[in-house]
Amino acid sequence: MTTLSIDHVSRWFGNVVAVNDITMTIGPGVTGLLGPNGAGKSTLINMMGGFLAPSNGSVTLDGTTIWRNAGIYRHIGIVPEREAMYDFLTGREFVVANAELHGLGRKEAARALATVEMEYAQDRKISTYSKGMRQRVKMASALVHDPSVLLLDEPFNGMDPRQRMQLMELLRRMGDQGRTVLFSSHILEEVEQLASHIEVVVAGRHAASGDFRKIRRLMTDRPHRYLVRSDNDRALAGALIADPSTSGIEVDLAEGALRIQAVDFARFTALLPRVARDHGIRLLTVSPSDESLESVFSYLVAA
Amino acid sequence: MSTTTPTAPPASGAATKAALFHPTVARLTHRALLGRRRAMILFALPALLVIIAVAVRTLTGADDTTAGAILGTFALGTMVPLIGVIAGTGAIGPEIDDGSVVYLLAKPVPRPTIIITKLLVAIGVTVAFSAIPILLAGFLLNGNSQQIAVGYAVAAAIASIAYSALFLLFGTITRHAVVFGLVYALVWESLFGNLVPGARTLSIQQWALALGQKAAAEGAISSDVQLPLAVGLLVALTAGATWYASRRLKALTLAGEE
Repeated sequence: MTTLSIDHVSRWFGNVVAVNDITMTIGPGVTGLLGPNGAGKSTLINMMGGFLAPSNGSVTLDGTTIWRNAGIYRHIGIVPEREAMYDFLTGREFVVANAELHGLGRKEAARALATVEMEYAQDRKISTYSKGMRQRVKMASALVHDPSVLLLDEPFNGMDPRQRMQLMELLRRMGDQGRTVLFSSHILEEVEQLASHIEVVVAGRHAASGDFRKIRRLMTDRPHRYLVRSDNDRALAGALIADPSTSGIEVDLAEGALRIQAVDFARFTALLPRVARDHGIRLLTVSPSDESLESVFSYLVAA
Repeated sequence: MSTTTPTAPPASGAATKAALFHPTVARLTHRALLGRRRAMILFALPALLVIIAVAVRTLTGADDTTAGAILGTFALGTMVPLIGVIAGTGAIGPEIDDGSVVYLLAKPVPRPTIIITKLLVAIGVTVAFSAIPILLAGFLLNGNSQQIAVGYAVAAAIASIAYSALFLLFGTITRHAVVFGLVYALVWESLFGNLVPGARTLSIQQWALALGQKAAAEGAISSDVQLPLAVGLLVALTAGATWYASRRLKALTLAGEE
């Protein structure tokens, strides 16, 4: 069981619409659910985790309804955003309890603790754990039954860079193993670094879906900026500006480069190498200067 | 880090066996209940009762009327419902409040199993901290003359069951379960129960007294409710509250932080 389907799902709280007619399918691999705070990410994850009923539409795992279906948790592992755990237990006791609730035992708990590299602190009380340690024990509790789907709500919140890298590495591996890993984040670089596929949610609506670069290219009405260095910047600038795919070129003397604004992505990317070849110009650097998720995201939010 | 590939989930289905009791849920509930600061009251109230019993016995000697008054008013009227509130609401309320109940609910364990297990733990704790000290205090007060100690201990044990079920239900319905529990126990049962005779018919304390009356000597304990009605209401309340609490848990919504 690996495919989560969200079909025309809406969820409102009183007269506030948190999720508005979203349809998406999430399959194996790592998917990032991206959106600013208050976009409806947690609402979506809660519905996928069976802790919230959709007001409209359906949320299913391989065709099986998730809401009010306790049996579904054999296939789903959940890492909630909230901090609260059974703080009076040790890490090991906590993971063993989670294993027992799945009908499993100490062996599986030990394996899960090893997966998240928490064996060294497993006999300490959870109340003494740092944020990153808590997060890893939560991960272990979610992995204890070897689920095919892993849902994580803002898993990197409050983690230091090293812990963040470790968790990313772990999630990447889970995705490579064929699990469906979905994590939410409002931090763009996290999603960019980890997710092969992203779903963007803005103000309760599904704003974009797909590979990050594909999403970027889909937005053809948006100007794309490039930083280009060549052995003859001015000649290149003259040749490019003659084509309607380019709307502006700035000669950046300090950088020793051209800053080009292209309005037609596909045409420009074909034009640039051809113009360079035709004019005998050697291209030294061609780099998208705004290919960061931040710029895509701010565009989506503004749209 | 070790790696594993996803395998088929455990086929045994052991976790979903329709058992009504789950030892892991019981262990977590029990440790959570006795680990909180609130649990101090669980120890303080029975200790106070025993101290009062020793003091009264020492100062006034064995007296059935005094024994009945202390066990009826302080022990059954105040201590049992208070302990019931702490154990009943504490068995689930804090977990729902802080969200840690997710770790219980994101498991293939039937919701009624979770509720019934928590109810049994709450009953156990309430009986241990109320009925047993009452029995001990009764013996200290008048040496169980007229079976007063046994009568009130039976009443306390019966009341423990109903209070636990009711207050556990409150814990699944509202974040203010303790307040509601105290309002029921202290305002409805104690205040209205004393002022409005009709209110006593709908009082767990009176139902429990009806059973206590049966256990004690003739005329030692009295209740405003007839035994068959009391038993019927006790069973109906306990079963109804447990059923509804399971229903609440099945559809428990964890609203987003957003």
